[in-house]
Amino acid sequence: MADLKEIANTIRINCLKAIHAGRSGHPGGSLSIADMLAVLYFDEMNVDPGRPDWNERDRFILSKGHACPSLYVALAQRGYFPMDDALKLRKIDGFAEGHPDMRMPGIDAPSGSLGMGLSQGLGMALGARHQGLGFRTHVILGDGDMQEGNTWEAIMSAGHKKMDSLVAIYDSNKLQGDAPVSTQLNMGDVGAKVATFGWHVVYVDGHDVDVLKTALAEARATKNQPTFIVADTIKGKGVSFMEGVLFWHGSVTMTDDQLTNSLRELNHG
Amino acid sequence: MADTALQYWNVGEDVSVRDAFGRILVHQAEARSDWVLLDADVAGGTGAKPLVTEHPDRVMQFGIAEQNMMAAAGGVADTGLIPVVSTFGAFGCMRAHEQFRTAIAYPERNAKLCCSHIGLDVGPDGATAQMLEDLATMRAIPGVTVVSPADANEFMKAFPAILDHEGPVYMRIGRSPTPVVFGADYEFEIGKATRVRHGSDVTVIATGVMVARALEAAETLAGEGVSVRVVNMATIKPIDVAEVVAAAAETKGIVTAEDHNIFGGLGSAVAECTAQHYPAKIKFVGVDDTFGKSGEHDELPAMFGIDAKAIFTACKKLV
Ligand SMILES: Cc1ncc(C[n+]2csc(CCOP(=O)(O)OP(=O)(O)O)c2C)c(N)n1
Ligand SMILES: [Mg+2]
Repeated sequence: MADLKEIANTIRINCLKAIHAGRSGHPGGSLSIADMLAVLYFDEMNVDPGRPDWNERDRFILSKGHACPSLYVALAQRGYFPMDDALKLRKIDGFAEGHPDMRMPGIDAPSGSLGMGLSQGLGMALGARHQGLGFRTHVILGDGDMQEGNTWEAIMSAGHKKMDSLVAIYDSNKLQGDAPVSTQLNMGDVGAKVATFGWHVVYVDGHDVDVLKTALAEARATKNQPTFIVADTIKGKGVSFMEGVLFWHGSVTMTDDQLTNSLRELNHG
Repeated sequence: MADTALQYWNVGEDVSVRDAFGRILVHQAEARSDWVLLDADVAGGTGAKPLVTEHPDRVMQFGIAEQNMMAAAGGVADTGLIPVVSTFGAFGCMRAHEQFRTAIAYPERNAKLCCSHIGLDVGPDGATAQMLEDLATMRAIPGVTVVSPADANEFMKAFPAILDHEGPVYMRIGRSPTPVVFGADYEFEIGKATRVRHGSDVTVIATGVMVARALEAAETLAGEGVSVRVVNMATIKPIDVAEVVAAAAETKGIVTAEDHNIFGGLGSAVAECTAQHYPAKIKFVGVDDTFGKSGEHDELPAMFGIDAKAIFTACKKLV
């Protein structure tokens, strides 16, 4: 398997190319999940791009659906479809929709309305358990997902049901749509709260692929508890002028210059 | 009145109704102190940002938690303050639908819900954000007034009117730049339709962005000798029965035009009305019971059959 750091960097490059081509999209939150996607799709998950509907595949849900440009290009890099299809973002004649749509091979759940991903993942884990299937389910959550009550219902339920095939990765990037999380709706120590519902909680640097790998292995080894990985991340990670800057949440149009400058940084990163 | 200070747009200009929302919020914040805005981290998207910047004391921020915001609005209304809840259509009219029904409409509380991101008008964000069912879901709740302005000026006239109206109101906020149809002297009244073009062969009853498209289709049809009446149905509920009956009685048929699913919205409301009061031939122009998709706001209407051409074709079938 190629170097995961390299793969994550390529996801960032292709992601920004897609957002530039699409003339709108959410760069900040897409860049903050690139390392997680690299580890999931190129190391952790048991999937077969040739058989996207294979029922025993591991599942992945991007609950913060607006970050889909990174997911689309990761799927293309993994071989689900040509990169050109991912770069045709938000176009009327393509299938790289503004938010994940199941018509795209490799997309396991629709999202775009925050807060519904973890429950869908819970349902997949329940379906697996019921039928004796061994696959695992991974869900990436954003700050907005953590603010939605729906997510906490899933947290209670998955803890109660001891769903050890379910893993949530919380992309804790400190910014939400219009303001920092701390001023808009401060949630305090999310991991501590989730732990009280019976989850195994791990805190990681969400941009360190080795640490992410270890955390996912720890999740696999954990029995009778779902795992919640609190990933400390930077919104806009990898592009200096986007890092921690609210404007780049989206939905923004990237100019040619902005793309060129971003790619220059990423190519030398 | 404070109204004199308010700047309206010129007829024919392309304006996003979101800009009108921001402008009228600031104006009404300065004119009266009886209401507050409730936001769920989307003021930048709904158009409410100017209020957040200029009058932050008039905004209650709930973070990304619409169900909590909606039920809390019921509580705010209970204290005599008017909550103006604002979010995207899918999250206000569906995610928090039951909270609206039970905490606001059932106790007949005086709360307003204004939602952006409705219809295919949303464009590139795609299906999850393109709320095509709001008129249906909101209309189905007892006692709720449903308003769908055609342009930025009408929105600015309608906003103070819904604040003055005692009881739950839902109002749509358009997003893409839309031609201004109404001048500054236009008078808005809840429940009253406006004839924006006179005609005798067929009537188009349109709402929202479809009003400008109906006028475009009517102009083309005039060139072919077909006289089209265009009615702006800004209040979907209660519908203007007299205006619908007049269309049914005086013209050969009705075309309804809406950026919404053909089921449950304006077309249904008009059909319910004609069925009871004056049976008429009706053609429905709307999204044909399907979900939307990404695309530009000016290319999706042709793909989904809600452009001026679709209205033109529907009219031709009736004459
Ligand atoms: C239910 C719901 N409410 C509101 C929105 C609009 N919205 C899209 S992204 C966003 C901000 C999300 O912040 P966060 O989850 O922190 O995203 P990230 O920082 O990971 O990009 C909002 C409010 C939505 N998509 N879904
Ligand atoms: Mg965030």
